Amino acid sequence: MTDNPRFLSRGELLAMAVLALLLVVILPLALDIFRLNLVAKYLTYAFVAIGLVLCWGNGGILSLGQGVFFGLGGYCMAMFLKLEASSVENTKIQSTPGIPDFMDWNQLTALPFFWQPFHSLVFTIVAILVVPALFAFIIGAAMFKRRVGGVYFAIITQAVAAILTILIIGQQGYTGGINGITDLRTLKGWDIRTDGAKFILYFVEVVLLFGCILAAQFIRRSKLGRILVAMREKEDRVRFSGYNVANFKIFAFCAAAVFAAVGGAMFTLEVGFMSPSFVGIVPSIEMVIYTAVGGRLSIFGAIYGTLLVNWAKTSFSETFPELWLFGLGALFIAVVLAFPNGLAGIWRDHVQARLGRLLSRLRAGSTKTGWAARPGAGSVADGAAAE
Amino acid sequence: MFGDYSLGDLGAIFVMQAFAGLILFSVFVLMALGLAIIFGQMGVINMAHGEFMILGAYVTWLTSIVFQQYLPGLYAGYFFIAMALAFLAAGGLGMLVEWGLIRHLYRRPLDTLLATWGLSLMLQQAYRSVFGAREKGVELPPWMMGSKQITDTIEVQINGLFVMALTVLITSAVAYIIFRSRWGRQVRAVVQNRIMAGAVGINTEKVDRYTFGLGCGIAGVAGSAFTMIGSTGPTSGQLYIVDTFLVVVFGGAASLIGTIASAFTISQAQSTLEFFLSGSMAKVLTLLAIVGILMLRPQGLFALKIRK
Amino acid sequence: MTIGFHQKDFLLAVEGLTVSFDGFKAVNDLSFYVDENEIRVIIGPNGAGKTTVLDLICGKTEATSGSIRFRGQELTRMTENQIVEAGVGRKFQTPSIYDDLTVFENLEISYPRGRSVVGALAFRRDAAVRERVEAIAEMIFLKDRLDINADLLSHGQKQWLEIGMLLIQEPALLMLDEPVAGMSVSERIKTAELLKRIIKNHTVLVIEHDMKFVEDIAHKVTVLHQGQILSEGKMEKVKADPKVIEVYLGH
Repeated sequence: MTDNPRFLSRGELLAMAVLALLLVVILPLALDIFRLNLVAKYLTYAFVAIGLVLCWGNGGILSLGQGVFFGLGGYCMAMFLKLEASSVENTKIQSTPGIPDFMDWNQLTALPFFWQPFHSLVFTIVAILVVPALFAFIIGAAMFKRRVGGVYFAIITQAVAAILTILIIGQQGYTGGINGITDLRTLKGWDIRTDGAKFILYFVEVVLLFGCILAAQFIRRSKLGRILVAMREKEDRVRFSGYNVANFKIFAFCAAAVFAAVGGAMFTLEVGFMSPSFVGIVPSIEMVIYTAVGGRLSIFGAIYGTLLVNWAKTSFSETFPELWLFGLGALFIAVVLAFPNGLAGIWRDHVQARLGRLLSRLRAGSTKTGWAARPGAGSVADGAAAE
Repeated sequence: MFGDYSLGDLGAIFVMQAFAGLILFSVFVLMALGLAIIFGQMGVINMAHGEFMILGAYVTWLTSIVFQQYLPGLYAGYFFIAMALAFLAAGGLGMLVEWGLIRHLYRRPLDTLLATWGLSLMLQQAYRSVFGAREKGVELPPWMMGSKQITDTIEVQINGLFVMALTVLITSAVAYIIFRSRWGRQVRAVVQNRIMAGAVGINTEKVDRYTFGLGCGIAGVAGSAFTMIGSTGPTSGQLYIVDTFLVVVFGGAASLIGTIASAFTISQAQSTLEFFLSGSMAKVLTLLAIVGILMLRPQGLFALKIRK
Repeated sequence: MTIGFHQKDFLLAVEGLTVSFDGFKAVNDLSFYVDENEIRVIIGPNGAGKTTVLDLICGKTEATSGSIRFRGQELTRMTENQIVEAGVGRKFQTPSIYDDLTVFENLEISYPRGRSVVGALAFRRDAAVRERVEAIAEMIFLKDRLDINADLLSHGQKQWLEIGMLLIQEPALLMLDEPVAGMSVSERIKTAELLKRIIKNHTVLVIEHDMKFVEDIAHKVTVLHQGQILSEGKMEKVKADPKVIEVYLGH
C-alpha cells in the first residue's frame, strides 16, 4: 500500500454504485412523487453529514452549529426565490408593491440593501458557496488560531447557532421572522412547486450529492485527509512536524460549511421555504446524530444514517409522536455507548467480515487478500469507508 | 438610545433593571454552579443539565400541590421542603445517570456531550408524558408576594429578594463543601490526578458519582428557585443550557469565583440592554460579546496558568 | 552586529531564559550554547526543568523573558511550525505517533514537503518520498512494518518510529526527551546503536537519565537543578563536581 492511495478503493466504488442504483433507479421507480420529495428533503441533510464526516470524523472537530451554514445556504436561495415571487405584479395589493410580503407587513417601504444583489441568480449561487465559507473562515480563524478546540469549540458553535436563530426571529422585517421565507414559487420562471419540477430537482440534488461525495473523497484521499486524522490523534505531533494546525482545521471547517450550505440551498428548492427552525441548536445537533448513527468515519455510512434516521423520524412522528423523542434520545445514547462507529462500523465489523470469510471460502484460496477480507487493515483514513 | 429619558428616570431604570438582572443572575449562578462542578471538576459536558433543573421545578410544583391539598396551614413553609426534595430528586437521578452513562465516557468528552443531549431529549419527553405539555405555575405563599417600595420610582419584588438570599446561601455552602470539607479535598484530588488519588485510597468512582450527584442536585435547587420567577414546561430547561455553558466557560471552567463573576456580568448586561433594545437583540448582543471575549481569552476570565 | 558576534559560531544560543508559571520559575535565567555537530545531554533530578527547556526551544511553552537564537533566528518570536521549518525537531517523552495511521503514513506526514493546506491537497507520493521513507524505516528497524497500523507496534518500536519521524524532517537540531525510557533491555541496546548512528551527522540535544548511555554519547553535559545550571562541561568534570553529586548523582 505504499503506492498513492487509490481515489476510490474497490469497496468504495461498489458502495458508490450501490448508492447510485438506489438513488437514481430504485427510489424514483418505487416511490410516488410525494415520498420521493421526502427523500429529497432527507438527502439535503446528507450534504451536512458529509461535511461532518470530514470535519468531525476525520478531523475531530465537532461543530454543533452546522445548521447555521445549512441555513445560510438555504436563506440565500430563499431570498432569490422570494424576490422573484414578489414581482410588482404579484404584490400589487401591498402598500409597497415589489417587496416581499413580510416586509410589507412589517412596514418596510423599500428593499433592504443586502437583499438587492439577490435579484441575480449568479450572485445567489456564488453567495450560497461564499457566504458560509467566509463565515466559517471567520469563526474558524478566530477560534483555531487561539487554540480553542474540543468541547469549547462545540459550545461556541452552538452559541453561534443560538445567536443566528434569535437574530433571524427578532428581525422579522428583514428575514421573515419565525415563519421564515415562505411562498416561494418559481426559479427563473420555472414553477418549482409542480410534481415534474420536484422530480427534476431530485435528480439535480443527487448529482450535486455525488459531486460532494467525490470532493470529500478527494480531500480524504489526499495527504490533507491523513493530516486531519493525525491531528485528531496527536495535535502537538502534527504541529511539531511543521504544520500550521489551525489552517488545516479552518479548511476542514470551511469545507464542511460549504457542503452544508449546498444542502440548505437544495432544501429551499425542494421544500419551497426556509425558516429558522432549520438553523438553531436543535436541528444542528440532530445533524450530528445523523452522522453519528451512520458512522462518523464513513461518507456512505453517514448518508445512509441520514436517510434512515429521517425516515424513522417521519414514520414514528406520524404514528407515535410521543415515542419519537424517546427513540431519538435513546439512539444518541446507544450510538455513543455501544456503536461509536455507527452503521458503517457495524457493517464493517460484522457483515463485511462474515461476507469476506464466505467469499474467500468460495474462492478457496485463489486470492488471499480480497477487499472485504481484511476489516481494520489499512489506516482509518484509508480503509474505514471501505464498505 | 438614552435621549428620551431624564437623568432621574435613567437612574431608576438602571436600578430596577439591575434588580431584574439580579434575579436572572440568581438562576444563572445556581444553574452554572452545578455545571461548573460537573464540567470544571470532572470535565464532563452535561447537556441535560437544564432538564435536571426542570426536574427540581416539577418537584417543587408537586410539593406545592400536596401542601395545598393536605397541609394548607403549612403552605407558607412548603418551599423549604420542596427545595430539599428537589435537591434529592435531581441529585439521585444524577447519580443514576453517572452510574449508567457518564462513567463509561470519561475519556470521550465530545461523546458525553452527545449522550447527555440524548438524555435531555428523553427527559423532556418524559416530562411531557407525565406532566403534560402545558406550563405549570406555582402559587406563591402570601409572604412572598408583592413588592417593596424603596423610593417613588423604585420597587423590588419580595420573591426576587428571597431567591437572591437563597442563592447566596447555596453558593456559600458549595464553596464550603468544595474548599473546606474533607470530601471537597477528595474531589479536588481526583480532578488533579485521578490515578494518584486512587492509589492513596480515595474511592474515585464514589467521588465521581457524588460529585455528579451534587452538581445535578444544585440544578434541582435552581429549578426550585426558577418556579418563583417563571412557569415550568418540559422544554424550559433547554432555553438556559447554552447561556449557562457560556457563563461557565466565560468564567473559566475550574473557578467558582469566575463562574459567579461571569454570571453577574452576563445577567446584568442582558438585563440592562433589554430595557433599551428588544429582548432578542439584547440577548444577541450579550451572546456576541461573550463569544467575542472568549475568542480573545479562550481560557475564560479566571484561569490558572499551568504547565501543560 | 557587535552584540551578536560572539554567538555566530553557535547553532543554538540560549540566553537569560526564564519562564514562570504563576510565580513559580520552572526555568530561571538559563543560558547555554550548543555548537554545530555537538551532542549535548541535559541531566538533572526530576522537576529540574529539563523538559520545560525543550518545550521553550520548540515553542510549546512561551518564555517569560530571555532569548533563544538558532542560526541567528530568534525562536521565541516564531510559531511552532516556523521553528520546525527553521530546522528544530523535537521528540516527546512518551511516544507521540498517530495510532490510526500506518507506519508509512506516519513517516510520510513528517516528510518535509506539502506542509501548507494547498500543498497537502496536491501532495503526491512519488518515488523520492517512497525511497526516503523506506530508507528511514530501515534505519529504525521497521522496514517490514511499513503497512501496519502504528498502534500495533510495541512501546520501543513506537519510540523508534517517532525518532524516524524526526529524522525524515532533516532537522539541523534534534531534541530527544528520554529516548530510551520504558524500553526493554534489548530495545535499549538497539536504540543506543541507532542514536549513535544518528548523532554522527546531527546536532543533538538529549535529556536522559541513563548515566552509562550519557557517558557513551555526550560531548558535553549540562546539569539542571531548580531551573538553573548547576554544572556544565565534560562528563568527567561534571561527575566530579560535589554539587552534582549531592543533588543528583549521589543517590
